[in-house]
Amino acid sequence: MTVMSYLGAIGAAQREAMEADERVIIFGEDVEANVYGTMGGKSRADKGDFLQMFGSNRIRNTPISEEVMVGTAAGAAMTGLRPIVDLSYSTFLYMAMDQFVNQVAKSRYMFGGQASLPVVFRSAMFYGLSTAAHHSDRPYPMFMNVPGLKIMAPASPTDAKGLLRTAIDMDDPVMSFEACMLWGMKEEVEDGAFHIPFGVARTVRTGNDVTIVAISSAVPAAVQAASRLEAEGISVEIIDPRTLVPFDWETVLNSVARTGRLVVADPANRTCGAAAEVSAVVAEKAFDSLKAPIMRVTTPDTHIPFSPVLEKPLYPNADTIAEAVRKVTGTSGRA
Amino acid sequence: MTLANDTLLEMQRRMLRIRYFDERASKMVKRGEIPGTVHTSIGQEAQVVGACMALGDGDYMTGNHRSHGHPIGKGAALGPLMAELVGKAWGVCEGKGGSMHLADFKVGSLGESGIVGSSIPIATGAALSSKVLGTGKVSLAFFGDGAANQGCLYEAMNLASVWKLPIVFLCENNQYALSTPAHTVTAGVVAERAHGFGMPGLRVEDGQSVLTVHDAVREAVDRARAGKGPTLVEVLTYRFNEHSEGLRLAVDYRNAAEKEAWLKRDPVKMFRSYLEEQGIADAAMLTAMEAEIMAEVDAAVQFAEESPFPEPSVAFKDIYTEPFGAGQ
Repeated sequence: MTVMSYLGAIGAAQREAMEADERVIIFGEDVEANVYGTMGGKSRADKGDFLQMFGSNRIRNTPISEEVMVGTAAGAAMTGLRPIVDLSYSTFLYMAMDQFVNQVAKSRYMFGGQASLPVVFRSAMFYGLSTAAHHSDRPYPMFMNVPGLKIMAPASPTDAKGLLRTAIDMDDPVMSFEACMLWGMKEEVEDGAFHIPFGVARTVRTGNDVTIVAISSAVPAAVQAASRLEAEGISVEIIDPRTLVPFDWETVLNSVARTGRLVVADPANRTCGAAAEVSAVVAEKAFDSLKAPIMRVTTPDTHIPFSPVLEKPLYPNADTIAEAVRKVTGTSGRA
Repeated sequence: MTLANDTLLEMQRRMLRIRYFDERASKMVKRGEIPGTVHTSIGQEAQVVGACMALGDGDYMTGNHRSHGHPIGKGAALGPLMAELVGKAWGVCEGKGGSMHLADFKVGSLGESGIVGSSIPIATGAALSSKVLGTGKVSLAFFGDGAANQGCLYEAMNLASVWKLPIVFLCENNQYALSTPAHTVTAGVVAERAHGFGMPGLRVEDGQSVLTVHDAVREAVDRARAGKGPTLVEVLTYRFNEHSEGLRLAVDYRNAAEKEAWLKRDPVKMFRSYLEEQGIADAAMLTAMEAEIMAEVDAAVQFAEESPFPEPSVAFKDIYTEPFGAGQ
């Protein structure tokens, strides 16, 4: 085991994948300089960077042209490469919406299975860091609405490393939504390459009274909330789906069948967010198990303001998650 | 450029395939035998075939909604294309693409696109594969004068130029984006835009001559294959039919004199005369060739008729490489 940061884990997964398969290449803005953590952490100075390790044929800086970056990756993936595209901020994905929706997602389907698109689009959600409305979106629900794309949103260094490696080795297009807020999170990570399958949730902690499905940075917030609630006598189970497409419905439904209560903590916007989908599926399939209405803890339908005073309260945090749990357990106001 | 007689005859064969295939498709769509709509390449055969035959068999190509000509020009079999147009299981895309989204990976056709300009980055990616993997393949992106004003073209030209990618950007300028005359929405000359990206820009004024088109595109393909990077080739041509078959507009946006002048320069007839004049084939041989291609189109229609319709489950197939969710 080695102590690794979330960002370091992302770098390690990419390095190992590039060593294992010459068809893996990385391109994006400033990847040669590792500005957004292509290789992760501070090892660059002593170990050499990706450009030195893999050369300029496989590590390529791009112009600021998201549309062609995404389309080029799709075309390259259809013809033998396995590109990783670093799009830096998740809000920049919108610049390439046509390529994501009309080409990346549809090419295999529309051409009757002739195309495979082994490609990973990495982007970081810079929310909670005073970067304001043009850099702070959590847009994964928009892409969950597009069949053909797989979506990962890791909330720990181990998951970041294992899921990213699976994504790179997979023959479908994957969008990796990384939370900047978690970049510095550290834990002991298994040595060497490993894969974490898509569509398999992680039960972060087990409990009997309430199930919390937490996504991305809402996972550590839910863990914090659960410790407090334990002191109040409420036993919380936390499930991190890790991948939003495919989604591990079975684990969530089994948990709700036991606890009878569901809180979904999702940093995306409320309307048609990931939490809305989780709530809908549980309401459809596990209605009879429910002892209380499902509650969502999301970012309200607003843009992200610059001032930290305005921004900070918007995302799900330990306080708002704990309060939702108290509500569904009928203990609100008692704490 | 001197071409072997076999090559010249193959050019005529492919132009005839496009002509007859599209004439048949036009009839079929009007009779309701093809669902949706089709956009024919009638009148643009020289431009399509001249470009496609400048490529090698293993080279890549992407195109647009005016789509049948491209894979036919690249050598695709007609049966699966026609089966696709009628939405059948034996269609080249299993009945899920239809007229505007043909693809035949066997001949390097990586897909036509119903979104104007959208396939240009895909062709750019295929060129990147060639460069990184060292396969020596060249990629060609077909797009119209309408797509010449899409931003992704210029993003692609810039990227291809700085990375010296083996790609040819081929603008099929048929002078109208649906009903909008290109000159009213396009500043300057498309081919000249190449210079801003540090690549050569060639303008083929006579896009009705298959040999003229071929020579220009061949120069661009050779340059790409030699590692010298991309070229923009603009070919002036004209579509003889309406934007899409059956479309009726309130105004006649193309004036009669212009239309008549272009219709006189029918690329298929012109090349037939050339082959005869040059003694490459006599009239009997050329007539036999026409009958042979007509029979190929008949056979393609029969293939399409014989094909079953796709099973309902096919609607959920190939969303991903492994089935889950709706695809399960």
